[in-house]
Amino acid sequence: MLAFAIRRVLQALGVIVAVALISFAMFRFVGDPINQLVGQDTTPAQRAELRKDLGLDDPVVIQLGHFLVKAAHFDFGISYQFKRPVSQIMAERLPATLELSILSAIFALVVGVPMGVYTGLYPSRWLSRLFLSVSLVGVSLPTFLIGILLIFIFSVDLGWLPSFGRGDVVTVWGDWTTGLLTMSGLKSLILPTITLGLFQMTLIMRLVRGEMLEVLRTDYIKFARARGLTRRAINFGHALKSTLVPVITITGLQLGSIVAFSIITETVFQWPGMGLLFLQAVQQVDIPIMAAYLMLVAVIFTVVNFAVDMLYVVVDPRVRIRGAQA
Amino acid sequence: MTATLSVRNLRVEIPTRQGVLTAIDDLSFDIAPGEVLGVVGESGAGKSITGAAIIGLLEPPGRVAGGEITLAGERIDNLPPAQIRRLRGKRIGMIFQDPLTSLDPLYRIGDQLIETILTHESISASAARDKAERLLEEVGIAAAGQRLAAYPHQFSGGMRQRVVIALALAADPALVIADEPTTALDVSVQAQIIALIKRLCRERGASVMLITHDMGVIAETADRVCVLYAGRLAELGAVRDVVKKPQHPYTAGLMAAIPSLIDDRGTRLAQIPGAMPRLEAIPEGCAFHPRCRYAFARCVAERPPLYKTVSSDAACFLHDPQRAAAPAGGIA
Amino acid sequence: MSEGTASSRMPGAAKSALRRFLDSDMFYSFIGSPVTIVSAIVTLLLIGAALAAPLIAPHNPFDPASLSISDSLLPPVWSHDGVSDYLLGTDDQGRDVLSTIIYGMRISLSVGFASVVLAMAIGVPLGLIAGYFGGTADALIMRVADVQLTFPAILTALLIDGIARGIAGPQAYNDVVFPVLVISIGLSFWVQYARTVRGSVLVEANKEYVLAARLIGLRPVAILFRHILPNVLGPVLVIATINLALAVITEATLSFLGVGVPPTQPSLGTLIRIGNDYLFSGEWWITAFPGITLAVLVLAVNLLGDWLRDALNPKLR
Repeated sequence: MLAFAIRRVLQALGVIVAVALISFAMFRFVGDPINQLVGQDTTPAQRAELRKDLGLDDPVVIQLGHFLVKAAHFDFGISYQFKRPVSQIMAERLPATLELSILSAIFALVVGVPMGVYTGLYPSRWLSRLFLSVSLVGVSLPTFLIGILLIFIFSVDLGWLPSFGRGDVVTVWGDWTTGLLTMSGLKSLILPTITLGLFQMTLIMRLVRGEMLEVLRTDYIKFARARGLTRRAINFGHALKSTLVPVITITGLQLGSIVAFSIITETVFQWPGMGLLFLQAVQQVDIPIMAAYLMLVAVIFTVVNFAVDMLYVVVDPRVRIRGAQA
Repeated sequence: MTATLSVRNLRVEIPTRQGVLTAIDDLSFDIAPGEVLGVVGESGAGKSITGAAIIGLLEPPGRVAGGEITLAGERIDNLPPAQIRRLRGKRIGMIFQDPLTSLDPLYRIGDQLIETILTHESISASAARDKAERLLEEVGIAAAGQRLAAYPHQFSGGMRQRVVIALALAADPALVIADEPTTALDVSVQAQIIALIKRLCRERGASVMLITHDMGVIAETADRVCVLYAGRLAELGAVRDVVKKPQHPYTAGLMAAIPSLIDDRGTRLAQIPGAMPRLEAIPEGCAFHPRCRYAFARCVAERPPLYKTVSSDAACFLHDPQRAAAPAGGIA
Repeated sequence: MSEGTASSRMPGAAKSALRRFLDSDMFYSFIGSPVTIVSAIVTLLLIGAALAAPLIAPHNPFDPASLSISDSLLPPVWSHDGVSDYLLGTDDQGRDVLSTIIYGMRISLSVGFASVVLAMAIGVPLGLIAGYFGGTADALIMRVADVQLTFPAILTALLIDGIARGIAGPQAYNDVVFPVLVISIGLSFWVQYARTVRGSVLVEANKEYVLAARLIGLRPVAILFRHILPNVLGPVLVIATINLALAVITEATLSFLGVGVPPTQPSLGTLIRIGNDYLFSGEWWITAFPGITLAVLVLAVNLLGDWLRDALNPKLR
């Protein structure tokens, strides 16, 4: 069990290190940092001075070492665009993205799982067919199109909900601002949450449905029926439990990609989060922010994946026993 | 005494896009209380489908298209689903082939037993737990109390099948359908499991429908045997008779195909030439005639009804009383 | 095989390949599903339109000389101010929306197809190698795949795009935009192919026909290509279809975000972005029509992919 956990931790670290190497490579080989930081009229001598100060003349390995150490402290230097420390900028924008991401994940689960269970149990009912058609559309429509559609219906046409921004936010702690405590904040959250969560929701729904259909065909469900167990016991006791086990893993993986899809949603709704920040960084080739975003995303993903793996162990007794024997 | 199970003219059809296939055609047999009936035939002969039809678990689009199934005098094939569900486990139990996939891997053995017990009896949880423990002991699992907390994958194949038997017998059904209960097990364990099934059912007075392709198992365990071919009844009779003096050429072929330890080591293994037809291509007349060395003109044209012979019932024109007498010592 | 079927009694007669196809389960499920037929027709129509763009589009939206700013922001032909010249209206630069949609679809589909082919060209061989040879090659390839899988396609595509932008500089970037797009989208998707192919190879490599081929002395490459690959193509095809839809969505998204195709050669995503600014002021058609086209195209391809997956799934037959 412990060996299993340690192995996973090492794997996670491996991924983070790999990403760190890519980040470093970006810093080192893409564009010229000096050009980004100084103005036109800086003399070559001053530039050389700056190079030395920033350690850009040191051997690559030393630079890598410095980079890794600083990265561990989440120090990625100064943003080329804003001329401010990257970590500061990201800390300001993090709450917006996290709030949005977590809420849409909850939305996706709370709506997707029951829909999936229903369509798996009663595949021929009209409501199931309706859900399936809706899900197909949800998977086919790109996120930005969904956002625009929602804006069109609810902001332009009906005027119920705002189409951009976070509304009024309240500072809760340090840099952490939240929109959950104000009316306008809550209203601003609705459309972006649905937009970001819709793709995940349809994915979860189809996954749960697929798993449910598979499980209902297994021998142990057949045997459960042969033993005369009630439909409720079979569907919700046995089938549901087996269905949810793989769903946990996939959902965990999806949670990570929500953070990335937030780039699109934030753009559509002008949501002041990290995604929008990253997009602007790509457009302006602001390497420090790109690198920092990459590392942050890598850390979030690996942490979430690791948590999901551990959760899997708790839920599936076969893994638990095998892990203990490993 | 009413038969525990009575099947009359059972017909099971499977609609496919090539047309309607008849998986079981005009099958009739009885099982008396406490009796072990073997249902034997090659893969695809319709043995499992018969079992599934009786317990009401036919996979759609298969359906019962004709005939009657009667359990202790009451018809069960035309009951609404809710009532059929009440039968299952309580009055008819079923054991499947693969014990590994028959048990839910996410639940402990004890929980699965208790759940089954509580579905059919209104007793307290602790009484159910005691009963679960007793059941495990009955099927021969040592340290039953502790084993209740184990998961299925922590058991060996034979032990798992014992658990499956315990589950099937938990509510004391009058009829137990065992569908190839030993096929997935090691040879060394097979005999034990068969003996266990037989003993437990005899103790409870339950009838057993033992489905298998292994004629040897039938010969050792069953009281009567029903031989299926391409969904039709070929022969039906007491095991002793059928094994010693098979009246249907197919049964004779099956018996001859059993390798014997006594025979000359140089003799070739006897085989029935050809293969059992697929459901889409069942021959006209007697389904077995293309492979039968006794076949004559009538076999190709007409389907033989069940004739009573000196020992068992056989669906073969050789036993038509109007015909010249068939060899009395059985077909060899 | 059962005895006595008609075809086996025909001496030496073989059913023609067409007959076999028409009789097959796959074709049967295709014909039996009106939704699939419609999707197939729609997909073919859209692809056909995109291929025939120069022939059927009323205007050429990429030719700056043909644009007239005075024609900008005209509504569709059935509206009050619409003109028959511009059936679906014009955008802010005077480009005919209908023509831009057709040409834009062409771009979206070409980028989409090219990136799918690239992803396959990378993923399938890597999967074959990883599955057949195992060992360090396998471990290495799968590690890289795992790292890449932690990041969704959009992120990878954006990253590669940004890096290319940084390396090439803003001027040179415009010249290489299309290859960069194809590479960035293609690189985001190879992992699925590699994994699936690897899984299939692991299953197939243990089968007897492979063992037989090895015993005969066939070289691994020959075995891979002649024996294993055909058996693995089914799932690859399913992935490719669904991948195409995703690639088109990714390209549209990148263009929408402003980091895709250059603004002088708009694709569907670009149009939608332009139109987005005009939503509130009432010029809805600039976003609506490209949006509908994109949605219909992706939906049709997805439905085809769904059917393909079910038709090729041995478990469901």
